[in-house]
Amino acid sequence: MEMAKINELKRIAANIRLGILEEVYSASSGHPGGSLSIADILAYLYFVEMKVDPKNPDWEDRDRLVLSKGHTAPALYATLAERGFFSKEELKGFRNINSFLQGHPDMKHTPGVDMTTGSLGLGISAACGMALASKLQNKDFRVYSILGDGEVEEGQVWEAAMFAAHYNLDNLCAFIDFNGLQIDGKITEVIDPTPIDKKFEAFNWNVVVIDGNNPEEIEAAVENAKACKGKPTAVICKTIKGYGVSFMENQASWHGTAPNKEQYEQAVAEITASIK
Amino acid sequence: MADKIATREAYGNALAEFGEKYNIVVLDADLAAATKTGVFKKKFPERFFDCGIAEGNMVSVAAGLAAAGMIPFASSFAMFTAGRAFEPIRNAIGYPHLNVKIGATHAGITVGEDGATHQCLEDIGTMRTIPGMTIINPADAVEARAAVEAAILHKGPVYLRFGRMATPVLFDQADYKFELGKGITMAEGKDVTIVATGIMVNIALEARELLKNEGIDARVINIHTIKPLDEELIVTAARETGAIVTAEEHNIIGGLGAAVCECLAGTCPTPVKRVGVNDEFGRSGKVPPLLEMYGLTAANIAANAKAAIALKK
Repeated sequence: MEMAKINELKRIAANIRLGILEEVYSASSGHPGGSLSIADILAYLYFVEMKVDPKNPDWEDRDRLVLSKGHTAPALYATLAERGFFSKEELKGFRNINSFLQGHPDMKHTPGVDMTTGSLGLGISAACGMALASKLQNKDFRVYSILGDGEVEEGQVWEAAMFAAHYNLDNLCAFIDFNGLQIDGKITEVIDPTPIDKKFEAFNWNVVVIDGNNPEEIEAAVENAKACKGKPTAVICKTIKGYGVSFMENQASWHGTAPNKEQYEQAVAEITASIK
Repeated sequence: MADKIATREAYGNALAEFGEKYNIVVLDADLAAATKTGVFKKKFPERFFDCGIAEGNMVSVAAGLAAAGMIPFASSFAMFTAGRAFEPIRNAIGYPHLNVKIGATHAGITVGEDGATHQCLEDIGTMRTIPGMTIINPADAVEARAAVEAAILHKGPVYLRFGRMATPVLFDQADYKFELGKGITMAEGKDVTIVATGIMVNIALEARELLKNEGIDARVINIHTIKPLDEELIVTAARETGAIVTAEEHNIIGGLGAAVCECLAGTCPTPVKRVGVNDEFGRSGKVPPLLEMYGLTAANIAANAKAAIALKK
């Protein structure tokens, strides 16, 4: 990947992170930690890879993204706003009673949201249904999904994993945000779901393990998934929860906590400085 | 009239029949032989997907199919859809109001020998609490067939409730017309109204004969669509007959009886007696003694009809 493209993706990801911070700060609630960790994945998907049309969000042939870890809606909304699906001004209304930006993604009211999610484990199944629909309709749209590493503790994720492999859904690519933390602490201490890569391999998926905050590695994983025939791909993304904000990084306590004014200003300063 | 066909049988046949006319997709959870979706599978193998014993995934896959423009039918027993998969149905289908049809067979106590774990008596209750969910509980095979097509033509989530046991055919397919959300007055009457659904419609008609022998003129209404409820028909019946008895193969909590009471309480307070399973679990057994044991009989409906009449002011 050329340096200019890397820098551009880093700039976009930083803008997404600023959007995330604005949302959770404005709402005084929301989930910054896991939102910050997936900003680089979303930046790559929406600004390089996915066929989408912000002017026609319901375009039938578009690629889809199902945010299975729906609590990181701030990251998706900031990405959609950055991509032009709606005004960035809307981000201030996140979780507000008059806003279409619900606490968790709502496909009926938010332009660009492809699936309603929030209850963990359901999104990846719905993504399977969309990937199957693409094949049944002889279309070539691809389906992406982002799951949490805590989310894979849900049994339904593995029901979906069986289904996707059994029906050879090679147009499905699932990113697992392996930041190592969930609400109650380290995933290995709460109820250890590791090794996640070996589990997906055992479920007959094509598996790639990458640094999920590195645009070049994200690109290589997406290209690997597209080249793989007959199998769905799981991209295990080693990420840093709270990425880019020093005091939020690797802290489970920032899973679902909003920053106060002082913290917000410091966080914005750090993200802004990172792209200067 | 002498024919007996299970509504699940009619469901499978209807899927195969309407699969020619409409681009439906059918999912099942390792029960295709029992839910009768196997009939569709045989005819349209390329549009049938077995999800294995994983009902939460099945209904969520159906949500994804619908989100991408397909019309999926997701089938399993009532217990494993409305019961086990309640939350995925609520969040992945109901909340985004996706165009998924849930074909739930083996509802109620007439599952018989398999016993309480498989006899779903709560499904109308759970499904009724989901905003925008349409619930259809057909009375016979003809109505079941028509309900399948109505579900295909309706845009939005539909829960279709079918039974295991072969039951009498009440309608003539040639002149039967199904209207979603509209009850059917099966017999006129002025003293009391029996509001029944599913297999209890036929038993309600038998109860009407018992009452007639005692000089009581009972109206019988078939409510095939439990949600949205035909409130107009029920309120009119309440006004005109002054007493109601409901009959359903479901817990008396949360089902048709509850829906009728909720409807009447705020519009036309009327004595209502509810015939159904009295807030208890089922058990293994042959169907006829089970129906007898749990009071799902013409005699019990007739007794409750008289009790409702006695409550008239």
